[in-house]
Amino acid sequence: MKSNATQKVYLFTRFERFWHWLQAALILGLMGTGLEIHGTFALLGYARAVRLHNFLGLTWVVLFCFILFWAFTTGEWRQYIPTTRKLLAMARYYALGMFKGEAKPVRTSPGAKHNPLQRLAYLGIVTLLLPVQMVSGLLYYTYNQWTAGGLAAFLDLGIVALVHTAFFFLLLAFLVSHLYLATLGHTLFSMVKTMVTGWAEIPATQEVHDWEWADRHGQG
Amino acid sequence: MARGMSRWLWVSALVFCAMLALARIGCDAAADKIAPGRVMARQAVERQARWNTTDHSRHAALQQSFASGDAITQACLSCHTEAEAQLHETLHWTWIDPLSPPDRIVGKAGHSLNNFCLSTNFMTDRKCLDCHIGWNGKQGRVNCLRCHGRQPLDWAAAFEAYRKLSGSSEVADQARAAEVQQEIRAAVQQVGLPTRAHCGACHFYGGGGDGVKHGDLDSSMAHPDRQLDVHMGGDGQGFHCTRCHTTRQHHIAGRVYGTPAVTARRSLLEDDLTPKITCEACHGATPHPAGSKTNDHTDKVACQSCHIPAFARRLPTKTGWDWSQAGRRRDGQPYTDPGPLGMPAYQSIKGEMTWTRDGIPAYFWFDGAIETLTVKDVIDPDTVVHVGWPVGRPEDPGARIFPFKVHRGKQPYDTVHHTLLPPLLSGPQGFWTTLDWPEALRIGAERMGIPYSGQFAFVESRYVFPTTHMVAPKDRALRCEACHTRHDGRLARLGGFYMPGRDRWPWLDGAGWLLVLGALALSGVHGLGRIVARRRGKEDRR
Repeated sequence: MKSNATQKVYLFTRFERFWHWLQAALILGLMGTGLEIHGTFALLGYARAVRLHNFLGLTWVVLFCFILFWAFTTGEWRQYIPTTRKLLAMARYYALGMFKGEAKPVRTSPGAKHNPLQRLAYLGIVTLLLPVQMVSGLLYYTYNQWTAGGLAAFLDLGIVALVHTAFFFLLLAFLVSHLYLATLGHTLFSMVKTMVTGWAEIPATQEVHDWEWADRHGQG
Repeated sequence: MARGMSRWLWVSALVFCAMLALARIGCDAAADKIAPGRVMARQAVERQARWNTTDHSRHAALQQSFASGDAITQACLSCHTEAEAQLHETLHWTWIDPLSPPDRIVGKAGHSLNNFCLSTNFMTDRKCLDCHIGWNGKQGRVNCLRCHGRQPLDWAAAFEAYRKLSGSSEVADQARAAEVQQEIRAAVQQVGLPTRAHCGACHFYGGGGDGVKHGDLDSSMAHPDRQLDVHMGGDGQGFHCTRCHTTRQHHIAGRVYGTPAVTARRSLLEDDLTPKITCEACHGATPHPAGSKTNDHTDKVACQSCHIPAFARRLPTKTGWDWSQAGRRRDGQPYTDPGPLGMPAYQSIKGEMTWTRDGIPAYFWFDGAIETLTVKDVIDPDTVVHVGWPVGRPEDPGARIFPFKVHRGKQPYDTVHHTLLPPLLSGPQGFWTTLDWPEALRIGAERMGIPYSGQFAFVESRYVFPTTHMVAPKDRALRCEACHTRHDGRLARLGGFYMPGRDRWPWLDGAGWLLVLGALALSGVHGLGRIVARRRGKEDRR
C-alpha cells in the first residue's frame, strides 16, 4: 500500500524554466518554418518562412550560449553526467514495471532531477543533436560566404541540407517521445506543471538531503 | 500553486509575444529600406538637358540638293570623316561574328541558321536586305539616316520623284521638284541619336513580323508604359535603347552570337566607361536592401530571371513554327488560316505556327554566349536539334540562371549529309512564290555553295532568345515560391545544384517520417498499456 502523502520541492529555478520554454517555442517555430522551407507545405510564404527561420535560429544559438553558461556556472551540468546505475532498472520500469504497479526505481530530487535514461537522452541531445543542428544551420545560413571563407571546396549545400533535415527528424522524434514521457508523472500534467512553476510534489517519505534544500528552498 | 502557475503562464505568453514582435522587426526591417541599387541607378541616369554644339540645319554640307542616298552619306562624311569606316567594322553592317573562322562563318550573312526564316542564303535572299543599313544592301554606302534620321521619309520614292520632276522642262514640275527637294533636305537636316523607333524598325520585326522573334521586343516597346518596361516606359525612366546599349566607334554594346556582351560585370563605380549593357553597370552587384536574401542570389541568378516574369506581355510572339506543313494549297491557291490571338495558325508559304502571349520563360545557365548551328554542322536527326542554345554551366563563375524564350521549330535537313538546309524563300525562284521544296532547297544550297544530296526531311529544332527587355516594376518581380517550390516551379527542370524548397531526398523524408511515426506509435502503445494497467489495478483494489 502506497502512501499518498507528498512534500513539495523546488526543482527548476526561474532561468531553467525560462530557457526550457523559450527553447521549446523556438524549436517548434524552427520546425514549422523549416518544413515550409523544405517544401512540405505553404503557410507563411517562402520569404517570410526563411526570414523567420533565420531569426529564430540565430536567437536559439544565442539562447543556447546562455544555457551553457548557466549550466556551467551553476554546476547544473552535473545533472547530465551519464550513469549506468539503475539504467537498466529504469528501462525495465518503463517497459514492464510501470504496468505492474511497481514503484519507480529512482526518485526525483533537486540533486538528481533526471533519471539515468533522461540523463543519457539529454546528454545526447545537448552534445550531439542540438550542436549538429546549429552548426549545419549556421553553415546553411552562411552559404554565400563559403567561397570567401575557403569552405566551398569541402562543402556542398545539398549535403548540409541533408544533415540539417536528418537531424530535424531526429529532433522531432525526440520531441514526440518527450511530450509523451512528460505525461508519466503521478498525474497526466503534473510534470508539465512542475516545468511551469518549478515545484514538484514528491512522496513525503522520500528523504531530501539538506544540501538539496540549502540553496534552493524558498526561491521562486 | 495555482496562482504561481497562472503567473508563469502569463509571463511565458508575454515572452512569446515579445519574441514574435522582435521577429517581425527583424524580418521586415530589410524590406522597408530603399534599395541601394535603385539609388545608385537613379544617380547614374539623373536627367540633364542634352546640349549640343551644332545645329545640323546650319551646316553648308546639308544645304545642297540631294539626288541620291549616297550623296547624303557623302555629306555626312564631310564632317564625320571616320563614321562609315567605323560602321563597316560593326556587326550591324557585316552581319558576321568577327571571331568566326572563314570556313564556318557565324552570322546572318554567313553560314548561320535559325528556325524562323532559316537563312539569308549569303544575303542573296533580297527580302533580308530590308533591314540592312545600307542604301542598297551591302553593296552601296551606309545609310546614316536609318539610325540617325528623325524625319521618316520614303527615300526611294522621293528620289525617284525628284529625278523625274527635275528632269522635266515644265515649270510646274520644276516647282514640284523644288518642293520634293525641300522635303528631302529638311529630313536630312533633322538628325540625332537613335530612338526606340530606329532600333525597333528592325529589331521589333525580326522573323518577318511584329514580335515574331524575340518575345521581349515588339512594337509595344516603341512607346511602352512602365508596367511593360520600367526603364523605357514613358511614365517611367523614358529610356531609349541607347541608354543601355552604349556605343564605342559605332560598335553597339550587346551580344554577338558566341561573344557575350561583356566579359566582366562591372558597375560604373568600378569603371565609369563600362558599357551600360548589364544591369550591374547601374544597379551594382548587390542592388537590394542590405540583408536581403535576394542579394545572395545575384552571383547565380540573373536579374532578368525574377524581374521579367513573362515575355510578350502585350503582343503575341511566335513560339512554334512547323515548316513541314508548308506548301499546302486550297483550291489550287496558297491560303492562310487565322488562329488564336489574332495571329495566323497556318500559312501555305510558312507552315503551322503557334503564338504565345504572357509567355513563361525557360531558364538555363548562361554565360552570355549562344552557340548557333551553321549549314556546315552535322546534326543528329533522331534528336531535337538545338539550332541556337545558351552556353553555361552551374560551376562557371560567369554563368547565371537566365530566362529565355524557346522557339520550337521543325525545319528541313539533308537526310544524306545530315545538315540543316537553307531554302531560298523570297523572289521569283523562292519557296514563297513556288511552294516547291525540292527546288527552293536546291537553289538555297547552291547559293551558299554547300553540298545537297537532293534528299530532305524535317527535323524538330529549338532556338533560344535571351529575355532581357520588358523589365517589370519591382512589385511584379517573381516571388520566392516561383522557384522554391516542390512541384512545377520555374526551375523544376534545371539540374546540377541543390535548391531549398525544390530539392530533397525522398528516402530521407520517408525514413524521417517513419521514425517520427514510430515514436508516436510507441507512445501510443505505451499509453494504452498504462490505461489497461490502471483499470486492472483499480479492479484489483476493488
